[in-house]
Amino acid sequence: MSTDLEQFYEIFFEESSELLADMEACLLRLDVNSPDLEDLNAIFRAAHSIKGGAGTFGFTDMTEMTHMLETLLDRLRKGELEVRSEMVDAFLKAGDVIKAQLAGHRGEGQADPAVAEAVCEELRRLSEDTQEAPSIVDAKTAFSDTKAKLVSQEIDVESGIDKVSHENVAAGLSFIIEFSSMDLSSAALENLFSNLKELGDLENLTPVNAEGHYKLALTTSSSEEDVWETLAFVVDPASLKIEATTIDGTSTKVAEIEILNESVCDAGVLAKEDELTCKTPSAPGYGFFPGAPAVPRNIEDSEINLDQAQLPNTCSNKNESQVTNKSSGKTNTAASVSETSSIRVSIEKVDQMINLVGELVITQAMLAQTASQYDPVLFEKLYSGMSQLERNTRDLQESVMSIRMMPISFVFSRYPRVVRDLAAKLNKRVELRTVGENTELDKGLIEKIADPLTHLVRNSLDHGVEVAEKRTAAGKPAQGTITLRAFHQGGSIVIEVSDDGAGLNRGKILAKAKERGLPVHDAMTDQEVWLLIFEAGFSTADQVTDVSGRGVGMDVVKRNIQSMGGRIDIESTFGSGTRISIRLPLTLAILDGLSVVVGDQMFIVPLNYITESLQPAATDIKTVSGQGRVVQVRGEYLPVIALHEFFNLRPNVTEIHKGILVILEAEGHKAALFVDDLVGQHQVVIKSLESNYRRVQGASGATIMGDGKVALILDAAALVMASQQELV
Amino acid sequence: MAKTILAVDDSASIRQMVTFTLKGAGYEVIEAVDGQDAFDKASHHQINLILTDINMPRMDGLKLLELLRKLAQYKNIPILILTTESGDEIKAKGRAAGATGWLVKPFDPKRLLEVIGKVIG
Repeated sequence: MSTDLEQFYEIFFEESSELLADMEACLLRLDVNSPDLEDLNAIFRAAHSIKGGAGTFGFTDMTEMTHMLETLLDRLRKGELEVRSEMVDAFLKAGDVIKAQLAGHRGEGQADPAVAEAVCEELRRLSEDTQEAPSIVDAKTAFSDTKAKLVSQEIDVESGIDKVSHENVAAGLSFIIEFSSMDLSSAALENLFSNLKELGDLENLTPVNAEGHYKLALTTSSSEEDVWETLAFVVDPASLKIEATTIDGTSTKVAEIEILNESVCDAGVLAKEDELTCKTPSAPGYGFFPGAPAVPRNIEDSEINLDQAQLPNTCSNKNESQVTNKSSGKTNTAASVSETSSIRVSIEKVDQMINLVGELVITQAMLAQTASQYDPVLFEKLYSGMSQLERNTRDLQESVMSIRMMPISFVFSRYPRVVRDLAAKLNKRVELRTVGENTELDKGLIEKIADPLTHLVRNSLDHGVEVAEKRTAAGKPAQGTITLRAFHQGGSIVIEVSDDGAGLNRGKILAKAKERGLPVHDAMTDQEVWLLIFEAGFSTADQVTDVSGRGVGMDVVKRNIQSMGGRIDIESTFGSGTRISIRLPLTLAILDGLSVVVGDQMFIVPLNYITESLQPAATDIKTVSGQGRVVQVRGEYLPVIALHEFFNLRPNVTEIHKGILVILEAEGHKAALFVDDLVGQHQVVIKSLESNYRRVQGASGATIMGDGKVALILDAAALVMASQQELV
Repeated sequence: MAKTILAVDDSASIRQMVTFTLKGAGYEVIEAVDGQDAFDKASHHQINLILTDINMPRMDGLKLLELLRKLAQYKNIPILILTTESGDEIKAKGRAAGATGWLVKPFDPKRLLEVIGKVIG
């Protein structure tokens, strides 16, 4: 049977990435001075599992690397070695290499074999370092070395006549081994003899008879079990017979077996060889324990059951039933949890389901609108059915959306490593604290938030937290703290990156802004000054380090956050720290919006951009010559965007004071959107315009309303920006 | 009726491959993610053979073996160890815990079926 391995690749890749992440998390929280054994075990298991999978799938580079890891880890967890911080560093590097190798097999980039080799070398060195220490280990290694040499010597001469006699077997046992070579190839037989010879002195007692029957005497210091293991899976166990006897007198030498063996080949075994080699494992990759429970009958029958048959019973003791009861009671709850804990579903399936629920919501809205035309008294049943449908639809939508929700710990978990590496590089002492890791948000957002957040964390470390001397001089603890915090507020999620560092320097930022010719003045509020750092190419760093100055500035961070429908705020106190908070919608699939009409066309305005709606007095509207209109709202002049002009529609209302102005605020700028009327507030399912139609200027998406009509969702930020440009 | 095999491994990919192979050969397969899970499933199902990894969280394969061998219904059920380790030490431990036999990873579907065939036919 052939198995197509590739179908299991994906799950192996995912699994390995998860294991690597776990391993890294464990390594990062590992206290070098008093390592937690459970953590070491977990790290070992992760390496071990990856090795097993990589071996199975034939990713040898990963197998080698994980093997090195495992070897060192195994010694650590057994307490043979002390954990040192350079080991943790090496482990982390090894994890990176495996990550790169994994990406390579996934077809995403390529691992650098030189780096892998260097890390392997380091791991080897770390394992060897310690072998020098205890002299016993030394002797042991030396011993196994000579033993290995001995064996290789034997193998060298194995094809001829084995002259090496085992001196130390005199006191050992002697076994009479009988088996049939009927279904053995000559190569397998030869292999078997050489294996047996490694165990001790092998003597041939009777020549092969017509059925290829062997009877051998083996004098060895090895146990009967070893002898059995060597034989059981090469020869047919049914024909195998091993008897322990006293040492016999001298008899025929091994050489004869070789000769006889040849004669077997001549006798026609060769003809069957091809067929048989595939039946016989080339290496003893499996075996049974003689006398163990449920060993195949044919093996059991072969008279080798010594006292081993009672093995499982010897485990039993008077505490037996007690122990079993106790642990089975414990397992019941634990296992039932793991049974229902999670399943893997492809993201496409979830997206499809969310889409379908979106359609259902729309259909429900359509039905509700149709039903509203009927008399609630006469159609009471219809109405009660409709309200139930609405409730169920809403619940269904909520629970389906929650499938896409993931705890933010998926992102937060990468920062301990980032902070550790960076702090070491900048020679700073920093502790990272995370709060609210279990706060959930949409998977799509999780993926997008990672990069901006990384940038903010790096910024805090590089520009925010000062070096230890500076901190102590300022009366602060030498170790700085960066806090990542996530929490829900209203319909949004807020993610904060705060540090107890130097804070933003107002004077410096203003000076820099003036230098760059930005429109600034000294009377600006702090809030306005802080926003300057989001300007393209603006850096507060005195010098460009290799941490900052990578060409990605805060402007990119801001743009990324805005593209997710979020916003970013800064609070800072000079000398005591900075807090940057990102506010994001819970999900990208649903939007809270205000529906407005222009003519017979409906639009949705995202609620989080709206500050107020008003009906202006005619006197508040001014026309700036050649540059459109402005409206005075509480002393502030705001540009007016006439939606019907923007989309070239025929409105029902042309005079502004007869219509409605919706005041939008985006990126610190305000504008008034002129529409015919407000309709109501809705939660709408966002449909992509690009994938269903094409990009439309001023619209960020579309939705389907209850009456089945398509309504555009306005891109409020773009509209406000456009109005600003008109004014300038 | 098809024989039921309990496959215990903390690696999902190995579990999937084992299940795939065994189901392809007509066996019923129950999966368990670790020793603890396996022990619970073993006490709730009629199982003809158990195939277990050694290194697993919560409860390792050796402990599982020990506990199972103490149950009357699992005294004589074949339990095979599927492991990446082939050292004598681990074999000895497996044997002491009551294993029927062992299989060394990398996992070879043909060999797996061959061994299982030998044990439960």
